[in-house]
Amino acid sequence: MPTVSMTVNGKQVTADIAPNTLLVSFLRENLRLTGTHVGCDTSQCGACVIHINGESAKSCTMLALQADGAEVTTIEGLAKGNDLHPMQKAFQENHGLQCGFCTTGMIMSAVDLVKKHGKPDDATIRKGLEGNICRCTGYQNIVKSVKAAAQEMEG
Amino acid sequence: MLKKIPSPAPALNVGKATKHDSADRHVRGNALYIDDIREPRGTLHLAPGYARESCGKIKSLDLDAVRSAPGVVAVLTASDIPGLNDCSPSFGGDPILADGRIEFHGQVVFAVVARSHLEARKAAKLAHIEVIAETPMVTAEDGLAREASVLPTYEFSRGSPEATIKASPLALSDSFRIGGQEHFYLEGQVSLAIPQDQGEILVHTSTQHPTEIQHLIAKMLKIRDAAVVCECRRMGGAFGGKESQAAQWACLAALASHVTGRPAKMRLDRDDDMIMTGKRHDFRCDWQAGFDETGKISAVEVDFLARCGCSADLSLGVNDRTMFHADNSYYYPENRITSHRIKTNTVSNTAFRGFGGPQGMVFSERMMDAIAIKLGLDPLDVRKTNFYGDSGRDITPFGMKVEDNILEELVGELEQTSDYRKRRQEIQAFNTRSPFLKKGLALNPLKFGISFTLKHLNQAGALVHVYTDGSVQVNHGGTEMGQGLYTKVAQVVAEEFGIDLENVQITATTTDKVPNTAPTAASSGTDLNGMAAKLAAETIKSRLIDLAAKLYQIEKSAISFANNHVQIGQQKIPFAELTQQAFLQRVSLSSTGYYATPNITWDRDSKSGRPFLYFAYGAACAEVTIDTLTGEMVIDRVDILHDVGKSLNPALDIGQIEGGFVQGMGWLTTEELVYDDQGRLRTHAPSTYKIPTASDLPDDFRVKLWDSPGNREDTIYRSKAVGEPPVMLATAVFSAITNAIASLKPGVLPQISAPATPENILAAVKLMKSGD
Ligand code: FES
Ligand code: FES
Repeated sequence: MPTVSMTVNGKQVTADIAPNTLLVSFLRENLRLTGTHVGCDTSQCGACVIHINGESAKSCTMLALQADGAEVTTIEGLAKGNDLHPMQKAFQENHGLQCGFCTTGMIMSAVDLVKKHGKPDDATIRKGLEGNICRCTGYQNIVKSVKAAAQEMEG
Repeated sequence: MLKKIPSPAPALNVGKATKHDSADRHVRGNALYIDDIREPRGTLHLAPGYARESCGKIKSLDLDAVRSAPGVVAVLTASDIPGLNDCSPSFGGDPILADGRIEFHGQVVFAVVARSHLEARKAAKLAHIEVIAETPMVTAEDGLAREASVLPTYEFSRGSPEATIKASPLALSDSFRIGGQEHFYLEGQVSLAIPQDQGEILVHTSTQHPTEIQHLIAKMLKIRDAAVVCECRRMGGAFGGKESQAAQWACLAALASHVTGRPAKMRLDRDDDMIMTGKRHDFRCDWQAGFDETGKISAVEVDFLARCGCSADLSLGVNDRTMFHADNSYYYPENRITSHRIKTNTVSNTAFRGFGGPQGMVFSERMMDAIAIKLGLDPLDVRKTNFYGDSGRDITPFGMKVEDNILEELVGELEQTSDYRKRRQEIQAFNTRSPFLKKGLALNPLKFGISFTLKHLNQAGALVHVYTDGSVQVNHGGTEMGQGLYTKVAQVVAEEFGIDLENVQITATTTDKVPNTAPTAASSGTDLNGMAAKLAAETIKSRLIDLAAKLYQIEKSAISFANNHVQIGQQKIPFAELTQQAFLQRVSLSSTGYYATPNITWDRDSKSGRPFLYFAYGAACAEVTIDTLTGEMVIDRVDILHDVGKSLNPALDIGQIEGGFVQGMGWLTTEELVYDDQGRLRTHAPSTYKIPTASDLPDDFRVKLWDSPGNREDTIYRSKAVGEPPVMLATAVFSAITNAIASLKPGVLPQISAPATPENILAAVKLMKSGD
């Protein structure tokens, strides 16, 4: 079994895994970081979005080995202890969630979106979140949340 | 006349836009769904196996290769079931594992139990199933041709509509289709069964109906209900798809744990989930109506041909509700509303937010549009002309009197705030000058009956514990699927005790705390469970009042609860102090609460009585632009005004309205289920089945709650149910599209079915242009 090492949420992890282990399974099962969800298994819903070297990626269609040596951030690594990331705070305050299943992936995508676009307008946010399905909220409050967070986020 | 509604005391918790109780956990990613629960050591995983064919007798089932595949611990077939092999919520016909024959493509024939999910899935592919294939009935017409039905035809009728239509100055007839819809709850079906002492079993299951699953597992394993506990803390969405159809996967997990003695989990892969679980019923709808020059209807005849799939499942209630809402907001002096429940060899269609109601309303709104187009009138005027009214125009086709009608005011307000008349003129001007892009506008009303139409389901239980430190634990039979039920019930309990919401602990729904519950469905979660929790809290509160009156030698009326304190005459003590006292004085701090909805008397056989406690109302105004060269469509603006009575939580209610509307919009515009001629679903992933994303939102989306004096019925804090009705506000989008296409040729009704996908819009446009 090959060995994989990566930094996950600031911690170095090394494990022997089957070569076909998906990154999402590695995170959920080996590391028990279950905030990354599986909604479709096929790269379409965005429930599994994480950051790899600061860029958002869908972890359900990536092998853990492909992230070897990478810097991985999951939803669990976004807050600084008790201090929520502005995006997390915004989703909470603007009711950008209902069942919550899409929320973690949505937040990870949104953080990347704001990083790339600074203070995006509604149209940019709507377009930028196309890869994340939410079946509950109708997106209105999600767009509102992202907009609010963008005001709080640096740069 | 509206009943006088008592003005409530100022509230501390109810009515506040409190955030969802799990919001903090959701944004941190530590809210646990079933698949996130730490698995006990040795947990096994299941995967379903099915045949390639859609229907026929199973000739042979060779599972040798499956059994010897790596990691496989057991392979389950029908013969492993000790008791009843059926997970139907109603009349049977839903085998947990196919026994002898299959009725639809994707029906589970066996289940692999392996060390890992992947091993189970790989092994499931190795089976050889031989089926003596029969020609499947795929469409409603196929079923009709063979006179196949899952339930008898049911009908409401009044007067002699056929003759009246003939005698009417004007008449129209039409036939169109309404598509089905996949739930696509983001969290797929999942259950984890854990064996307990002495053959007892605990099942964590993502379901709207833990009680039913408890009963089905008990029957399957031939054990007592009391030996099975079903628990659900939260679902990652459900929308009706986990009302009856969560059961099969829970049963299979339980069976695996029964056979192997080990914990077992079944989580459906998304494609399997879409293939193997039922959807919103799709319909053909044939109708005719008679009316006068103003568009006022004299009589309506409609036949709903529903594709129910291979079994009854919840089709009785679903199709009844289509009939209950075939009138939407309109008075039909004479009518015949007939519902055909057709059997097909496709997956059994099931509950989906609105429960048949949406299809009924898509019909009524198409009829209004058709009449307006024929007469060259504004569709809103035709709608208003047909609204329920005063005595003489207030009896529904099922005989219930509409007593709480607020449509005129509500629609009138939306007409103003949406600038309907002005925009109508602008759109007409736009369409005259724009050769290829055409705009459409519609303002559609909504009236939705609240209560389960199956009377006995209108009951709920709750269990409230107060601890000596003044903290409170609440449990009830309702399940949380994102709608915020737990939050609302906690608000109610906090309100009763006059304490902060933080002091109310919400616990998972489980059959060992509150038994014999109804499903969380029919929008009734808060109405029922909120009331039950309130009654439980009131019982404890009255004991505390008795105690305080005795201890402090004071009139009971001088005791009140607010701000985490109890006011006892001139004295004020912390709530926690009184609860301490209660323990020392040997007063019970725990109580159940039970609520049964009053005033509902529907009798299905005699078709009489009152099925609903009240109606929820709303209206939506939608503006769309279509491209007549490509069929593409954008929704430019949507204004919604919706009635939730006195809102228990405006933030949650608006969330339900926005989410419900977008879901309805997806159903009517982009979500298309395609079956091939063998009855195989070809759109079994979001890559081929288009669910709205953020970029599909109306460019301008305005949602407001109707400023209500409160529900005239004595519901929980005078609120109204909100879960399902908003889905039907999306009929405005379908009507606006019809309106845009109709602009191509005044007087001609566009032949458009739902969903109005770009393809269907283009076809309808072409038909208009071709002069047919
Ligand atoms: S689970 Fe990865 S995109 Fe859906
Ligand atoms: S909150 Fe349920 S899917 Fe987005």
